[in-house]
Amino acid sequence: MDEIKPAFGIYIHWPFCAKKCPYCDFNSHVQDAIDHDLWLKAYLRELRYYAAETSDRLVTSVFFGGGTPSLMKPQVIEDILAEIGRLWDCSEDFEITAEANPSSSETRLFQDFRQAGINRLSIGVQSFNDQALQFLGRLHDAAEARKAVESAAKIFDRLSFDLIYALPGQTPAEWQRALGEALTLAPDHLSLYQLTIEPGTVFHQDRVAAADEDIGTELYEITQGLMDHAGLPAYEISNHARETQESRHNLVYWRGQDYLGIGPGAHGRLTRDFQTEMIQNVREPGKWLELAQTKGLGQHKRTPITAEERRDEILLMGLRLTEGVSADHYHTLTGTDLASSLDQIRLQALENEGFITFRDNILKATPAGRQRLNAVLAHLLS
Amino acid sequence: MTELTHKRNFAIIAHIDHGKSTLADRMIEFCGGLTDREMQEQVLDSMDIERERGITIKAQTVRLTYKARNGETYELNLIDTPGHVDFSYEVSRSLAACEGSLLIVDSTQGVEAQTLANVYLALDADHEIVPILNKIDLQASEPDRIKSQIEDVIGLDASDALEISAKTGLGIEDVLEAIVERLPAPVGEAAAPLKALLVDSWYDPYLGVMILVRVQDGKLARGMKVKLMSSGEVHQIDQVGVFKPKTTKVDELGPGDVGYFTASIKTVAETNVGDTITNEKNPTAEPLSGFKPSVPVVFSSLFPTDAADFEELRESLAKLRLNDASFVYEAETSAALGFGFRCGFLGLLHLEIVQERLEREFDLDLITTAPSVVYRLHMTDGSERELHNPADMPEVTQIDYIEEPWIKATIMVPDEHLGGVLSLCTERRGDQIELTYAGNRAMAIYRLPLNEIVFDFYDRLKSTSRGYASFDYQMDGYKESDLVKVSILVNGELVDALSFMAHKGQSEFRGRAICERLKDLIPRQLFKIAVQAAIGGKIIARATISAMRKDVTAKCYGGDITRKRKLLEKQKKGKKKMRQFGQVEIPQSAFLAALKMGDD
Repeated sequence: MDEIKPAFGIYIHWPFCAKKCPYCDFNSHVQDAIDHDLWLKAYLRELRYYAAETSDRLVTSVFFGGGTPSLMKPQVIEDILAEIGRLWDCSEDFEITAEANPSSSETRLFQDFRQAGINRLSIGVQSFNDQALQFLGRLHDAAEARKAVESAAKIFDRLSFDLIYALPGQTPAEWQRALGEALTLAPDHLSLYQLTIEPGTVFHQDRVAAADEDIGTELYEITQGLMDHAGLPAYEISNHARETQESRHNLVYWRGQDYLGIGPGAHGRLTRDFQTEMIQNVREPGKWLELAQTKGLGQHKRTPITAEERRDEILLMGLRLTEGVSADHYHTLTGTDLASSLDQIRLQALENEGFITFRDNILKATPAGRQRLNAVLAHLLS
Repeated sequence: MTELTHKRNFAIIAHIDHGKSTLADRMIEFCGGLTDREMQEQVLDSMDIERERGITIKAQTVRLTYKARNGETYELNLIDTPGHVDFSYEVSRSLAACEGSLLIVDSTQGVEAQTLANVYLALDADHEIVPILNKIDLQASEPDRIKSQIEDVIGLDASDALEISAKTGLGIEDVLEAIVERLPAPVGEAAAPLKALLVDSWYDPYLGVMILVRVQDGKLARGMKVKLMSSGEVHQIDQVGVFKPKTTKVDELGPGDVGYFTASIKTVAETNVGDTITNEKNPTAEPLSGFKPSVPVVFSSLFPTDAADFEELRESLAKLRLNDASFVYEAETSAALGFGFRCGFLGLLHLEIVQERLEREFDLDLITTAPSVVYRLHMTDGSERELHNPADMPEVTQIDYIEEPWIKATIMVPDEHLGGVLSLCTERRGDQIELTYAGNRAMAIYRLPLNEIVFDFYDRLKSTSRGYASFDYQMDGYKESDLVKVSILVNGELVDALSFMAHKGQSEFRGRAICERLKDLIPRQLFKIAVQAAIGGKIIARATISAMRKDVTAKCYGGDITRKRKLLEKQKKGKKKMRQFGQVEIPQSAFLAALKMGDD
């Protein structure tokens, strides 16, 4: 594995959607009148606050997430990016991603987003099947989704879209067909999520059942096989890409590197001298806006995490990656030795069972281990 | 004081729901024992559980003053007895305090097994018995058929049975007249030394232990020093009284009287039901016959669902025992389940009552292990010992032979369900002693190993007869049997609390059942888990819990890290509470659930 370069990402959360989807447990809200100028000012103030202590970092990525950031005025995005350019040095391969929905009104604005500085788009397609889209409560149909992907491909060099699978009743054959269709659009990056039912969602309230373990396993295995074959192997549990097309911003999270969280409910991690701090913003949009306007930041909590918590976070994120966690990188992040921070008996048991490998100084979850990662982590880190 | 000739002491024998408590209420009402306001439905059963389940646990009593049709006034003492086989000794002592019984039979249902057992106890006590057909107001009432059933099954003359409705009050006065006319008056010598039967005792938070007595000879008065003959303990009497049904102080109790006294006794464990109470200075020569200390026949372990409740469980058991000396307990430690208590009970109902009272009155959440009977181990060195807990089973090589307790069971069942009941008894190693028919009901008497009853006999009997069979039993000695201890192993390691004793012929079936049950209860893990049942070193049944196939969070980005880490921490913490078997950790809750009685 090549040496991992230092990276520093900025996440910006736009908390508004045209409609709340029944499976979504993100910090997203539906609101009629949004004062984009007010929000812009608040984002800028929070950016300036953190710039004061991180101006020595080289920013490698910005990610506009939500909510539905494609509902932001392109001018707001442009102004935010301009401010980031003023406050920090940015890398040569600076990646600027925005999430977007494929409804026709948003698709029309793709060109404007490109103009504003976005160089990678992540489209929330979720499905190319009208019935499934209806079940998922999406505002677009399959035809719009296809059109959105096609037009985005002309505008953006780098593009990804999301699909949700393991919907109630979905058979392996159906999913195989759907995924095959999606691949005809020649994507370079795909995020493929199994539907999970999260507390606080409409699906949870309606007692929609997630696919059982056996079906979930079968669909997951089909996905891995098809994507490997298509040249987009998984580089993370649910993310697939052609070589070099990985999301650099998301790799920051999975590689345990530092990032800022700007906007309501956003999280950040900042490390100095091997001490990592966890930063959490207030979730409620109105409250965050007020705090950011008056105090310059909408912080809820900022606390140092313990060495054990840091270890757990690095492994809980890092083992999601096919590349695993190298002892060198771990040492760079923590100043400590990876091997001696693990229980050898537990590690051995997982290696014997074929869930983990620790060779050439790299700790990796095998495909079988990644498929059961929650249990593997609970065993390894207990 | 009322003359002996104007006293009557009587008990009421009835099956659950046949109307005993309602009749008692009507009689109290008729004699004016309580004002309407004080009349709570079924005043006699004062504990919640008793009222809800229609069973009496403690003997209770009420003195009625009745002006008979002959113009004379009589003092009638109703002694309400515990109505279940688990308490048959207590029942026999209550009956010993009376000269006669009212036998109540629901005229829409007929004689049930429990009724029968108690009638036999009453006949043993030389009681005069007045048969009464209740619920005569109901459409489904069949007095003639039930009368002939009483004659056929019990052998009592039912020609002059009373026909009443306790609910509507029809025939209540006839019942009171029958008590006066047909039941004998007590006999006794007022001048003789005190001789009184200890019928029951209970703890009253204000008065301390209250002792219910029936005076045979002599007098019992405030200030006297009395001796409890079984223990030799001497106590000075603080208070003497009767129940009307409210406690009412009196100066003294004489021959034939039923009442209570208090004497600053702290726990009911110091008093033994059936004991004889006499005067310390001038004792009676011979105690009353029939006394025996209570012996637990069914053992089970109680574990708090939350280990933190252990001390509270200990205190609650101690408090409960203040009022119920018939159950015993001692602390027990299980590697799989943590700290709990091994408890002995008079029977299954007694176990259930204690468990329910702990949960209800003391607000504890408990797990009760499968009940076990008391085995007699005859060792190769000639000694004999009792086995209360399969976990304590010694090496097989040290045992010459094992005996298990048997019961004599009486089952009453409608004809159409007889076949199922008979095959159930056969399957449970029963020997048929008698099978008789009365009308469209059959009465089967079987000898059965108690071990087979405590397993799930009641549930099976109920389902096979659609709830129509009634069942009663009495202990019927010990018999040598081919018994083995079945151990349960998880990944090759013993789970102590799941061991059980079984007849060799049924060990495999029962071992398999518990393996299958654990298979359903133990969550899938990263690693395969083997569950086995074994006798000694020989595996007799096995089940495999296959490894989990997928368990991974689909989405995990920057904003999710904190939440996912906290989830992981919770999992790690949970694992600390688990019991480790090789490389797998199994939650205690799985074992607890496997042990839980009654839900299959």
